[in-house]
Amino acid sequence: MLPEAALVIGALFVLTVDLAFGRRRTLERRLYLSVVTGTAAVVAAMYGAFTIGLAHSVFGGALILDELTMATRLGVLVLAWITLTLAGSTARLRHPAEFVAIVLFATAGFTLMAAAQQLLVAFVALELASLSLYILAGFDKSKPESAEAALKYFLFGGMSAAFLLFGFSLIYGLTGSIELHEISAHLARHPPTPLLAVALVMVLVAFGFKAAAAPFHLWAPDVYEGAPVSSAALIASASKLAGFTLFVRLLWPGFGPAAGNVSTATGAPGWLPIVACLSAASLLLGNCAALAQSNLRRLLAYSAIAHAGVMLLGVIAAGDAGHGPLFYYVFTYGIATVGAFGVIGVIERTAPCQRITDLAGLYRRSPLLTGCLAVYILSLAGIPPLAGFFGKFTVFAAALNLGGMAGPAGWLAILAIFLSAVALYYYLVILKQALVVAPASGTSTDAATNRIPVPADAAIVLVFAALILVLLGLFPSLVLRIF
Amino acid sequence: MNALPFTIYVSFAGALLALAAGARSNSLARWIALITAVTSFALTLLAASAFVPSPGLQTIVDLPWIAELGIRYHLAADGISLTLLVLTGLAATVGVLFSWNIEHRVGEFFALYLVLIGGVFGVFLSADAFTMFVFYEIAIVPKYFLIANWGSPATREHAAMKLVLYSFAGSALVLAGLLWANAAAVAHGAASSFSLNDLAAAATHFSRGEQIGLFALVFTGFGVLAGMFPFHTWAPTGHVAAPTAASMLLAGVVMKLGAYGCLRVAMPLFPVGLAFWQPTIAALAIIGILYAGFIALVQDDFKFVIGYSSVSHMGFVLLGLAAANSTAVAGAVLQMFSHGVIAGLLFAVVGRMVYERTHTRQLADLRQLPLHRLLPFAALTFVLAGLASMGMPGFSGFPAELTILIGVWKTSPAWAILAGFGILVAAAFTLRAIHVSFFGSTQLSAVAASASEPTHVDSLHHYAPITLAEKSGAALLLAATVYVGLKPDVLLDWITPALQSPLMQAALKGGAL
Repeated sequence: MLPEAALVIGALFVLTVDLAFGRRRTLERRLYLSVVTGTAAVVAAMYGAFTIGLAHSVFGGALILDELTMATRLGVLVLAWITLTLAGSTARLRHPAEFVAIVLFATAGFTLMAAAQQLLVAFVALELASLSLYILAGFDKSKPESAEAALKYFLFGGMSAAFLLFGFSLIYGLTGSIELHEISAHLARHPPTPLLAVALVMVLVAFGFKAAAAPFHLWAPDVYEGAPVSSAALIASASKLAGFTLFVRLLWPGFGPAAGNVSTATGAPGWLPIVACLSAASLLLGNCAALAQSNLRRLLAYSAIAHAGVMLLGVIAAGDAGHGPLFYYVFTYGIATVGAFGVIGVIERTAPCQRITDLAGLYRRSPLLTGCLAVYILSLAGIPPLAGFFGKFTVFAAALNLGGMAGPAGWLAILAIFLSAVALYYYLVILKQALVVAPASGTSTDAATNRIPVPADAAIVLVFAALILVLLGLFPSLVLRIF
Repeated sequence: MNALPFTIYVSFAGALLALAAGARSNSLARWIALITAVTSFALTLLAASAFVPSPGLQTIVDLPWIAELGIRYHLAADGISLTLLVLTGLAATVGVLFSWNIEHRVGEFFALYLVLIGGVFGVFLSADAFTMFVFYEIAIVPKYFLIANWGSPATREHAAMKLVLYSFAGSALVLAGLLWANAAAVAHGAASSFSLNDLAAAATHFSRGEQIGLFALVFTGFGVLAGMFPFHTWAPTGHVAAPTAASMLLAGVVMKLGAYGCLRVAMPLFPVGLAFWQPTIAALAIIGILYAGFIALVQDDFKFVIGYSSVSHMGFVLLGLAAANSTAVAGAVLQMFSHGVIAGLLFAVVGRMVYERTHTRQLADLRQLPLHRLLPFAALTFVLAGLASMGMPGFSGFPAELTILIGVWKTSPAWAILAGFGILVAAAFTLRAIHVSFFGSTQLSAVAASASEPTHVDSLHHYAPITLAEKSGAALLLAATVYVGLKPDVLLDWITPALQSPLMQAALKGGAL
């Protein structure tokens, strides 16, 4: 619990410091102070997560500290650190300390999600994270879009939490336990019942919401568009990483005996076929809808839905291939997404950046941002030697190794490979604006043509994120070796 | 041989340097690009001079890379790769010379250019399918920006997107095939590996259906980049819209990536699939030769003539591969080299020497100009390149296409006869292009009389002379085509032993079924 303790204490400390010393300072100073304190808490949590070591189960089996927990915690903390730093240089907030504190609370929820080994802990951790994220989405009180985003996110999220809780209670009723391994043992001994199917569907609805998988994706475009940049970045990256870790743990070690089969053409009923359907729907809908977007953030949202399809494929393959491919994919996706939002945030300090065409001439306005954005977008598109390519490669290899082309898992992998050619189109549309199109003609005082100042701390984390993508792309074993 | 991997590293390092230098001084970026290209060319020549032909790939570097999937960083070369490496070095050097006049975002231009070159070197050196695929994709993306940024304004964005999406869709097919092959190999009890040798060994246990499906995926995927009919349509539009150096590289080297992938990956790995698809590929290749030739015959745009001629000539390469005997395949590799040089020359004349001065590519406009008097060097170069392209003895096109036809005849005389018509068509469209563009008008006064378009008349006598960079670039390419034309054995002595390797023999045996 060391990382969680560090984060929560850090959050309270941020609030106290701001309350005690911040009232008479300017907003910038308060934000700076809060971010520095928050970063210290995140670093302390990283240290805690790193030194705590591996243990099969702690707190009477409520938590598990395996390789996946450790990797996810570190991954989430890195993403939270990048988000916080970007918030420090891009956010225009009236309550900076509260913002930082809630980011830390959400992060504590994420690290707890990574370790949950029990239905109740899983639910509480998920709610801690989700409630914080709802607030973060609506944090910009000056923008109606932000309020809309928060409301949409909250309504969908509340509904899905209700589904999840209902599913959990059914499972508890069926198996008499909230411990994952006891549930698994019980399911292995008893034949599946219709009630189990209902419970699984309910859990998968909540999963689909958390993963922004079609058809539970409707909140994503609005939240990505309306929420403040750093909130959107956190929702798109760390929340996803923690969510996938939580659900892959629920599904495989918990409900593994009810998995069914998608490796052969006939298959077998279970939750795998449902996940496969969600994956196919997300891949098709995400990629096709992204083609039609003119708003940069909505495009990122639809591309996130498409990526969720690949991640679900990684969940399907995780039973056989382990967590390595899935974690690698989600983590590197998170880094690239946070980076892309960071670039948007830095541009928005001086010029509007909603439409894709707002990026026009970025190569002249800021070569640094252009270079970083190119790395993130090409990584999302899956171009080697960046990490996004190897993420796709390893997930597809794992999915095809399930049964070759004999079953839906293999077909899904092939579908995803072909759709990545579709995806390249909309990613190139972004890069075309940034790298090819000349700046919109205007006077030299026009915000859309001026040089964009990049704060030093934002520049450091953006370059850091780009370097991670290059490094992990060249040496993926650095991550895969953990598992 | 051991110096060959440095062609890759030098190119990538040169790209970074050119990018950094471009912020300060355009000419510094140019010189860095030239030095980089010349260095890599020199490295290939150095390796070639010390090359001892032997069957099979000679390993240069073999390091574990991604142990979890059995992926190795494995670079190796044989006579086939060496031929193409020398071609790449040559094309890179000449391409820089013909881009000397680029003034807009020079550093970025040469950075992307050198990344593309580095990727191409990497593909020709890879002996591991994953390594090869990584380099292959690295070579794709720069093409988009090269064309979209520095291409001809009217069509560049459309053409760049079309070209890159075709290439990427092709590489998606290849990726699907490779992953499927790996999964099938694992299912048949082999360890996960992407080494070409291991995959080929495992593929001998694949079912006939798997072999046929896999061959179709991988060959089509690479075939897209080789300009295989009916997936060739990216090539003419892309070549036409691209800046001159990019056209030269696209036609000269990048299309060879596709053919090389077909030869190095698809054919040795899946010989049963090759036997099944052989007639289909041959038919598509012949259609490509004739169809593209006829289209070239009726083009109004000078550059489109050359663009379609590239597709037609690449049809010969595919036909040679489809014939799948050592004569035809050796001819195909020779044709890759020959076409790389000749297409480079033709694009250099059309895109750089002529277009940059007359600012028109329409044959109808060029016909009004006595270009053979105004630009005698361009006319001379184009006539020589045209002769080489037609397959005139003394130039590299002749031994290449002759070897292919002899080899194809062994497999099927009918194919050889049909393809032979292709040579006639090539002669027809080349002669037409020479005649209309350079010798359409013989008198200056004829222009003055028909001077309805003032742009041409104003600039008529002010054409900038052909620069030293252009002359030396053209001379290098001409020397290469004449040298190989007179002494094709230089290359055939490298290529033929490479075809004796067990992998290639398996492919050729499969094709002989």
